[in-house]
Amino acid sequence: MSATLVAAGGSTPTLRRPSYAKYVGGRVLGALGSLAFVLVVNFFLFRVLPGDPARTLGRGRFRTEEQLEAFRATYGLDQPLPQQFLTFLKNTLTGDLGVSLRYRVPVSELILDRLWPTLLLVGTSTLLATIIGIYLGMVSAWNRGKTVDRVWTGSTLTLYSMPEWWLGLLLIATLAVGFGPVPGMFPTGGLHSVDADPGTFGYVLDTAWHLALPVTTLTLAYLADYALIMRSSLLDEIGEDYLVTARAKGLRDLQVRRRHAVPNALLPTTTLVAINLGFVVSGAITIETIFSIPGLGLLATEALSIPDYWVLQGVFLVASAAVILANLLANLLYGLLDPRVRT
Amino acid sequence: MGALLEVRDLTVSYRTNEGPVPALRGVDLTVEAGEVLGVAGESGCGKSTLASTVLRLQPKDATVGGEVLVNGSDVLTLGWGDLRALRWAEASIVFQGALHSLNPVRRIRDQIAEPILVHDPGTSDDEVERRVGELLEQVGLPRARSRAYPHQLSGGQRQRVMIAMALACRPKLVVADEPTTALDVMVQAQILDLLGGLVRDLDLGMVLISHDLSVLSEVCDRVVVMYAGRVVELGAAAEVFDDPLHPYAQALTGAFPRIGDPRARYAPAGLAGDPPDLRTLPDGCSFAPRCPKAVDACRTAEPPLVTPPGAAPGRRAACIRAGEPA
Amino acid sequence: MTTTPLSARQIGRRRRNEALRRTWAEFRSHRSGLVGLVVLGGFILVALLAPVLADSDGLSVTRATGGVLEGPSAEFPLGTDDNGRSVLTLLIWGARISLFVGLLATAISMVIGTLVGLTSGFFEGWPGRILFRLTEWFLVIPFLPLALVLASVLGRSLLNIALVIGVASWPGTALLIRSQTLSIKERPYLDRARVLGAGRWHLMSRHVLPNVMPMVFANTTLTVAIAILTETTLSFLGLGDPTRVSWGSMLDDAFTVGAMTTGAWWFIVPPGVCVVLVVLSFTLVGQALEEVVNPRLRRR
Repeated sequence: MSATLVAAGGSTPTLRRPSYAKYVGGRVLGALGSLAFVLVVNFFLFRVLPGDPARTLGRGRFRTEEQLEAFRATYGLDQPLPQQFLTFLKNTLTGDLGVSLRYRVPVSELILDRLWPTLLLVGTSTLLATIIGIYLGMVSAWNRGKTVDRVWTGSTLTLYSMPEWWLGLLLIATLAVGFGPVPGMFPTGGLHSVDADPGTFGYVLDTAWHLALPVTTLTLAYLADYALIMRSSLLDEIGEDYLVTARAKGLRDLQVRRRHAVPNALLPTTTLVAINLGFVVSGAITIETIFSIPGLGLLATEALSIPDYWVLQGVFLVASAAVILANLLANLLYGLLDPRVRT
Repeated sequence: MGALLEVRDLTVSYRTNEGPVPALRGVDLTVEAGEVLGVAGESGCGKSTLASTVLRLQPKDATVGGEVLVNGSDVLTLGWGDLRALRWAEASIVFQGALHSLNPVRRIRDQIAEPILVHDPGTSDDEVERRVGELLEQVGLPRARSRAYPHQLSGGQRQRVMIAMALACRPKLVVADEPTTALDVMVQAQILDLLGGLVRDLDLGMVLISHDLSVLSEVCDRVVVMYAGRVVELGAAAEVFDDPLHPYAQALTGAFPRIGDPRARYAPAGLAGDPPDLRTLPDGCSFAPRCPKAVDACRTAEPPLVTPPGAAPGRRAACIRAGEPA
Repeated sequence: MTTTPLSARQIGRRRRNEALRRTWAEFRSHRSGLVGLVVLGGFILVALLAPVLADSDGLSVTRATGGVLEGPSAEFPLGTDDNGRSVLTLLIWGARISLFVGLLATAISMVIGTLVGLTSGFFEGWPGRILFRLTEWFLVIPFLPLALVLASVLGRSLLNIALVIGVASWPGTALLIRSQTLSIKERPYLDRARVLGAGRWHLMSRHVLPNVMPMVFANTTLTVAIAILTETTLSFLGLGDPTRVSWGSMLDDAFTVGAMTTGAWWFIVPPGVCVVLVVLSFTLVGQALEEVVNPRLRRR
């Protein structure tokens, strides 16, 4: 046996320690780069693209040249572009996103105010969609080609092809309004009843009752994605040899799945969930609109009709930042879970 | 007590859209403690199917007949609970392609420890830690490597991990399925050394599967040569290698002048024709279409595996012309 | 048997026909893709034949003959909208706009995506790297907010909405094409062509592009699905062309007049079902094509 000790292990070049710190550094730098890019896009989108920004921004609102000039001066639009950009950078970095043309309050305040309903709505839906979606994906993959798989994959594909707000409209028409023999059981919109008393348990129940339909809608919309990706990544794993090894070791089939196949298939799914978290605002836009939930999404669609440019710009900035943050989170998580990525 | 492994008239066929395709057609073999049995043959001759059947790991679409006795219990008819208890504790497998046979995202420590904990759930953490370290040293890896992930190891190191893992539950029988494929010649020799040493030290029984007869001749006590799902020759390793009786074995020995030539695996020199198509096997001897010595009689009936006239006792060949003067 | 020597062009044509025939044979084995194709064919036929199937007078608010939100009847099989127009007529003409915008947007997205992807994959060094970075950066800009902002900045017209969707959706395609280009570039026959003196343009147009095209095609089909969905959403949010009827604008109308609270299901269900059918069909066809083009996916 001693003879076999020769040259094994020891001096191989692969001994390098996995450096998670270095990996994190690279990802953070990348995210900062994206953030800088988003700031530039943001600036150009609202100031350069439409020609004379003062005219477009204040479309139809100014009758005299003086008013126009005053508007320009207020927003620094009479300055040269580079100067404007610096001001924009300084303001944005200090949290000054301008003042809403409609509400006459700072955009940052508006956004903070509207953030919570959106987070509540999207957070709950994501959580539910993740759990249900992963479960459905697993069931489909284990029963590939059987009736269960066909039914689930067919339904998830159909959900995937559906505008989520249309599904919401259908739910309103049936479960909120009532249709034929079905009585209406849920409110058609809003976040609270007018007479609900904040701080009580009843208030919480009332909120949950109001959120039931919008959360159901978003959950159904999201879970299609998760179910499909979980199914395909699990099918990828099922063909792998290390599962045979696990069976050979004497593990039950259930243990083989739980300990080896599922955790490994969850890697890509986790990433997708994290990335999707970034699309919080995007996902909320239509659903908040049809259910009149006072969140960021509704803020954006309301701003569209004015158009309230600084609000739009603020929401756009928050939406982009959320995506970048979520991407970073996904990368860091992936690096933590999958040792192959780090080295 | 009987043999460690006894395979009796084992048949395996895979269900396909074009009907059943045979992979093994009546294989018999035995392995005793302290003995290394070599199994040689081209890709597709049924070697790997044989390896997986030993622990009933064959794919779901396989139909199996015959008996596979590990330590006297028939693996093929055992209840699931008993089968799981037998797996890895009585017999274990060193799979080919260690990169894919190890879970890529778990430390090798956990993967070696897993079977210990499955078969003996009460084992304390310290005990598991000690055992994993021992096993790694036994296969010539430093204890510190236990924290590594598979992709951080070289091919030879990964194969050593596979061997350490196979020994985790102190099995009496180890099946090594092409353990040296895809390794360079130096490392191949080290791994074979290691396996030979383990058999001696631990009094294991081992089935060593390889396409490379010269690899087998170095380590094995006895060798079987397989062709198209059948054993076509069997005997002491040195005798089979030096004086093969079956024309296919003759081609194999001629075809592998040295170990580690990857080309040889796909194109055995001196052997014309394609590997057999198991869907449409010819009547009579399945090797006849490629055989330089085939006569009309070869194409009518499949020759039985018998000791040819003039051969040493214990040697067998499935060829009607075996034993004829060359 | 006479054997006339074939010109290079003829050989090329024969090979192409042969390849097309094989692709079709492969595609036919995907039943869901085939079903998708049939459904799509139906919708395209309806869109093309709209003037024959339904008088365009039916789109005019002033010349509407029905009552407000009338239920289905013999005269109006799918009822009427809030202006007394036949929902069926709107649906038929809406198919034109929805399909047209979807296809136009996809074309824009494909052109940008393919150009950027090819260039960033083909030219290593700084031009490729910069384009790649740019693509990655664009990828993190949230699609719907960007589309909203662009649409509100650019104004509401059919062309603008297609432009917005195209501009917002190219990065995914670019990344796909880039990775394909990179893998094709590694193939030995490209080295051979280079040694034989082929220039960059020749390599790109004769070797890389034809090999990337099947992938582009499969991806296009999937992009159309997303483009149509986005068009519907943007129109629903009131950013579509106000002078044209599309499925999205119908649903916007339905939402505005509260069709779901008054039980006027015929104004909500049909446009949505049409969107789902078309999007699902494009997705199924796209998936089937992807599997034909990329056999590695087949086992799923």
